[in-house]
Amino acid sequence: MTFFFEVLIGGLLAGVMYSLVALGFVLIYKASGVFNFAQGAMVFFAALTFVGVQEQFGLSFWPAFAVALGAMVLLGVLTEKIVLRPLVNQPQITLFMVTIGLAFFIEGLAQLVWGTNVYPLNLGIRDEPIEAILENFDMVISRFDLVAALVAGVLVAVLAVFFQVTKIGRALRAVADDHQAALSVGIPLKTIWAIVWSVAGFVALVAGLMWGARNGVQFALTFVALKALPVLILGGFASVLGAVVGGLIIGALEKLAAVYIDPPIRGGIESWFAYVAALLFLLVRPEGLFGERRIDRV
Amino acid sequence: MLYREAGQFKSSYAEDQALFPIRQDRYGMLVLLAIAFVGVPLFASDYWLTAILVPFLVFSLAALGLNILTGYAGQLSLGTAAFMAVGAFAAYNFELRVPGLPVLVSFVLAGLVAALVGIAFGLPSLRIRGFYLAVATLAAQFFIPWLLVKVSWFSNYSASGVITTQPIEILGFVFDSPTRKYLLVLAIVCVLALAAKNLVRSSIGRAWMAVRDMDVAAEVIGIRIVRAKLIAFAVSSFYCGIAGALYAYAYLGSVEPDGFNLDLSFRILFMIIIGGVGSILGSFLGAAFITVLPIFLDVLLTDGAHLFNLSLPAGVTSMAQLVVFGGLIIFFLIVEPHGLARLWQIAKEKLRLWPFPH
Repeated sequence: MTFFFEVLIGGLLAGVMYSLVALGFVLIYKASGVFNFAQGAMVFFAALTFVGVQEQFGLSFWPAFAVALGAMVLLGVLTEKIVLRPLVNQPQITLFMVTIGLAFFIEGLAQLVWGTNVYPLNLGIRDEPIEAILENFDMVISRFDLVAALVAGVLVAVLAVFFQVTKIGRALRAVADDHQAALSVGIPLKTIWAIVWSVAGFVALVAGLMWGARNGVQFALTFVALKALPVLILGGFASVLGAVVGGLIIGALEKLAAVYIDPPIRGGIESWFAYVAALLFLLVRPEGLFGERRIDRV
Repeated sequence: MLYREAGQFKSSYAEDQALFPIRQDRYGMLVLLAIAFVGVPLFASDYWLTAILVPFLVFSLAALGLNILTGYAGQLSLGTAAFMAVGAFAAYNFELRVPGLPVLVSFVLAGLVAALVGIAFGLPSLRIRGFYLAVATLAAQFFIPWLLVKVSWFSNYSASGVITTQPIEILGFVFDSPTRKYLLVLAIVCVLALAAKNLVRSSIGRAWMAVRDMDVAAEVIGIRIVRAKLIAFAVSSFYCGIAGALYAYAYLGSVEPDGFNLDLSFRILFMIIIGGVGSILGSFLGAAFITVLPIFLDVLLTDGAHLFNLSLPAGVTSMAQLVVFGGLIIFFLIVEPHGLARLWQIAKEKLRLWPFPH
């Protein structure tokens, strides 16, 4: 039984890492209805910029963080200006496609600027079992996972406060609710979108740092986005809470499946298991856990 | 002046409903077909046939399949490559395990197998919509190649899952040279394109469009949504399956399941978006664009580098390609969100008045 809980907790903590990426998707989808496939590329770009700046200019953590954040904000603002603004009122599939193009662009750009090497990223957190838990409960829980979970928790809390309390946050929620109505009460849609993309860039940076520290900063980081998609559909595209809870569920299921289902059929199910799990769940609740139930009118 | 329908009167319903009601279109199509069937084999080099024209045709077919599903029935799918994989492996296994089965028959059977798989993975579409469905189709994209690798029976127990296709032989005639393969693919694509063109203006095609535009309204006027959606998945997968079989048999010769990855699915999705969603012509235009663009970029960047006496590292060229490719996609979508087919339509409108506009 201890083993089961060990796997479960490990899974939940891994799920938090998925949530980190999924959050970026949710923010943009909520505010602009764009399913931003470039989020994975943004995670990669952010992490690579951070490491690149550190390597090239020998900056310490916070200056490098600031530079990377600046780059992400610039990217967000430019995306809004150049890519999204001309495409206002286009069908969602067109916007989706444009973000795939954007993903290619960002991936290429990041590697053109910083090269294709794999960079190690050291945040000073060791990926090793916490001894207190190992002694008292006989469970192996990684310190790194715990820190990652903490970071995600803080991030969600900050976002929640930002959305609930600040003026910009209220404007963001208004835009998410209804573009037209928000426009008509005088909320500048363009500014809001630029802000949302910047915030998503910030989330991408945090996610990139955590994932980069775990796996090294390399091109494979872009595939992290694919891991976040089942989380999204499980939690509902437009719900921050859904991203977190979905991430926990997917993470736990995936780890449990890897331990209990994978060995009998000898392997490799992690590539699709999360998708099938999310798919089966969707058959019961087509709008995800926290998605808005659609009411159809003719 | 040249492209005008004035004076072409229609005196029967059959004429009115012809595929190409305007004479210029009809003759244009005949000329195009003549060039494709006679001119190209006579003059095109082997490089053009094998590296550009055959993949272009194969991808057109896959794009056609996806366009039926996404463009006409409105169900966004990211699993195209998986259905192509089903087609390729099904055709291989039919040829392998049923001695003496004509290759065209096994292609059709492969298409039917793909259609069945398509229906299975289309079932969620009855409950799920939009991007939720798109992500759900990713399940097919990851599951099917995994299964094909996992169960080595599919690849006849080859160690790496790679299959090498049998030679294509129809009635004792072996399609082995690039020209012959090209002609075979061209013929199949023409037949299927004609079928698709007619299908989308039949009652089921109209039902698809009704479902796409508003499914509740479609249901209210008596369209059976379940049937329409599942048929769309079946037909689309059938096309993709045959495209996959041709991809393996006529283009690459040997394929592995991992070759049918998400990238390929996205490429085909790009084709229909760039070409035009909900347009048969658009599938071809998009396929041509996406097939030729990387080759063109490659040549351009390499030659451009030579021109300025730069020696670019190999990595830089491929990265620059990625940037330009992504940039062009964005550019095209901004300039013409409705795709190349729409540009062609606009050109026709203009031609109709040329050289004397109002």
